[in-house]
Amino acid sequence: MPNREEILKGLYDHTIPGHAPQVKDLTQTGIDMGLDPKDMLYGAQGMGLIPALREVGARFERGEYFVPEMLIAARAMQGAMSLLRPLLAKQGTKPVGTIVMLTVKGDMHDIGKNLCDMMLEGAGFRVIDLGVNTSPEKMLAAVQEHNPQIVGFSAFLTTTMPMFKVNIATLEKAGLRDTVKVMVGGAPVTEEYAKKAGADGYAPDASATVRKAKALLGIKDEEISENSQALADAVAILDATMQKIGEAEAAVNSQS
Amino acid sequence: MQTIISSRTRSVIVGPDEPFIIIGERINPTNRKVLAAQMREMDMTRTVQDALAQVEAGAHVLDVNAGVPDGDEPAIMAVAVRAIQAVSDVPLCLDSSVVDALRAGLEVYQGKALVNSVTGENERLEKVLPLVRKYDATVIGIANDETGVSMEPEVRLAVARKIVERAADHGIPRENVLIDPLCMTVGADHKAAVVFFETLRLVRRDLGVNTVCGASNVSFGLPERPGINAAFLAMAMHGGLTAAITNPLEPILMTSMRAGNLLLGHDEYAMGWIRAYRQRPAQPA
Repeated sequence: MPNREEILKGLYDHTIPGHAPQVKDLTQTGIDMGLDPKDMLYGAQGMGLIPALREVGARFERGEYFVPEMLIAARAMQGAMSLLRPLLAKQGTKPVGTIVMLTVKGDMHDIGKNLCDMMLEGAGFRVIDLGVNTSPEKMLAAVQEHNPQIVGFSAFLTTTMPMFKVNIATLEKAGLRDTVKVMVGGAPVTEEYAKKAGADGYAPDASATVRKAKALLGIKDEEISENSQALADAVAILDATMQKIGEAEAAVNSQS
Repeated sequence: MQTIISSRTRSVIVGPDEPFIIIGERINPTNRKVLAAQMREMDMTRTVQDALAQVEAGAHVLDVNAGVPDGDEPAIMAVAVRAIQAVSDVPLCLDSSVVDALRAGLEVYQGKALVNSVTGENERLEKVLPLVRKYDATVIGIANDETGVSMEPEVRLAVARKIVERAADHGIPRENVLIDPLCMTVGADHKAAVVFFETLRLVRRDLGVNTVCGASNVSFGLPERPGINAAFLAMAMHGGLTAAITNPLEPILMTSMRAGNLLLGHDEYAMGWIRAYRQRPAQPA
C-alpha cells in the first residue's frame, strides 16, 4: 500500500503527462486509504491534481506544452474529479451554486467552455454542460429543469454571437429572465458587446468566469475554499494560454 | 465537373482536372483589431491592402467576411465588395452566416460569386439557396446539420448529399455547389484529418461535386503549424480536393500547392513551378 505522500506525488506525476487511467486508479486508492479528497484535489506540499494542472499551464505558457497535452491533462483530472465529486459533496462542501453552460446554436467550439466548466467545478459549482450548437429551446428546457442560478453562453464566432440576444429573449419570453443570471464569453466577445446583448456578466477567460460567477452570486472567495488561491493561480495561467489559443484560432478561422 | 467563379472580367475554374484554387482568408475582422476598427467605420483601407497582398501572393479568389461585432454587417459587406472589386479583378467569396449580409454582398457584386456558406440545416438551406439561385452564384455546402459535426464520414456524406439535392430543388446545378467535408483540428482529435480524407473520398465517389475546405484549422494548437498545413494541403489535393480557404501569405503553403499541381499533372512542363522559383524573393545571404 502506498502512503499519502506517494499518492499525492503519483497524482501530480501522472496528471502532467495526462495518464488518465493511472490518475483514476491512484484517486481510487487514495479514497480507499481514507485520504482527504480536498488534499487530493487542491494538493498538499505542492503535489496533487491542481498543482499538476498548474504546472501544465505554466509549461504551456512557456511554449513547452501544446493543446493536445493540455487536453489530456485536463481529461486525466476530470477522471479523478468523477470519483472525488460525490465525496466533496458529502463532505459538506455543498455546491456553491448551479450553472448551466453551453455553446450557442451554430457554433461548434468548446475547448474554452470546457475549461470554464472544469474551473467552475474546481471552485465548487455544480456544472451542467449542454454541449455545443445548443438551441434556445434546449437551453430553456435545461433552465426549467435544473433551476440554475447562472446560465453561461459561449460563442467563438462573430457570426454566432447574436445568439446571446436570442437566448436572452427566449428566457424573457418564458418569464425566467429574472430567475437566472446570464453570463457570456468567447474569443470575440467583449464586455461592451455583452452589455449590449443584455447579459449580467462577461468574462474574458476561465478564471474570470469563476470570479464573475461568484460575484454575481455574492460569494466571497474564502467562503469557497481555503485553497482557492492555489486554484486561482492555476486557472490564471491556463487562462492566459487559452486566450492565446483563442486569438490564434480566431485569426485563422475562415469559416463559420 | 467544372465550377466557374468570376468577377466582371476574370473567371476561375474549379475542378479535378484544373490547377488547385487558393481562396485567401485574410479579409476577416475576427481578432484583427485594425481591420475590425476600420471596417466598423466603413474605412476600407486595410481591406484593400489585404486584398492586394493576397492576390500578389497568388490567391485566386478572396474570401470577404464583414462580421465586425456590433457592426452593420450587410452594409460593411456591400462596401467591402465594392472597394475590392474597384482595385482587383479576382472573384470573391462572400462569407457570412447572416443572410442579409450575403444578400447585400450579392446585390452589389459584379460577376458570379461564391457564397460561403450553407450547412445542411433546413432553416439555412431555405434561406441561403434562394439567394444563390437568384444571383446565379455558387455556394459552399458544409457537411454538418442540426445535429452538429459528425465524426462519421458516412453521416457527413449524407448531409452533403442533402445539400446537393436541395440545391437542385432550388434550380441550382450541382456544378455550382462546392462541398466542404470539414476538417477539425488534429490538436484536439488526432483522427480529425482521417475523417476528413475519408469524407472527401466518399463525396468525390458518390456525389462527384467539387470540394473546398478551410486548410488552416487542421493544425490549431500545435507547434510548427505551417508544416502540418502544407502536408495537409498536398494530401488533400491528392485526395481530390479542388480548392482551399487559407492564408496565401504563408510561403510554404503556396510552395506545397504549386508542388501539388506539378505532381498531379496540372502544371505543364513545370512552367508554373519554375516561374515561381524565378519570382521568389531574394534569399538572405
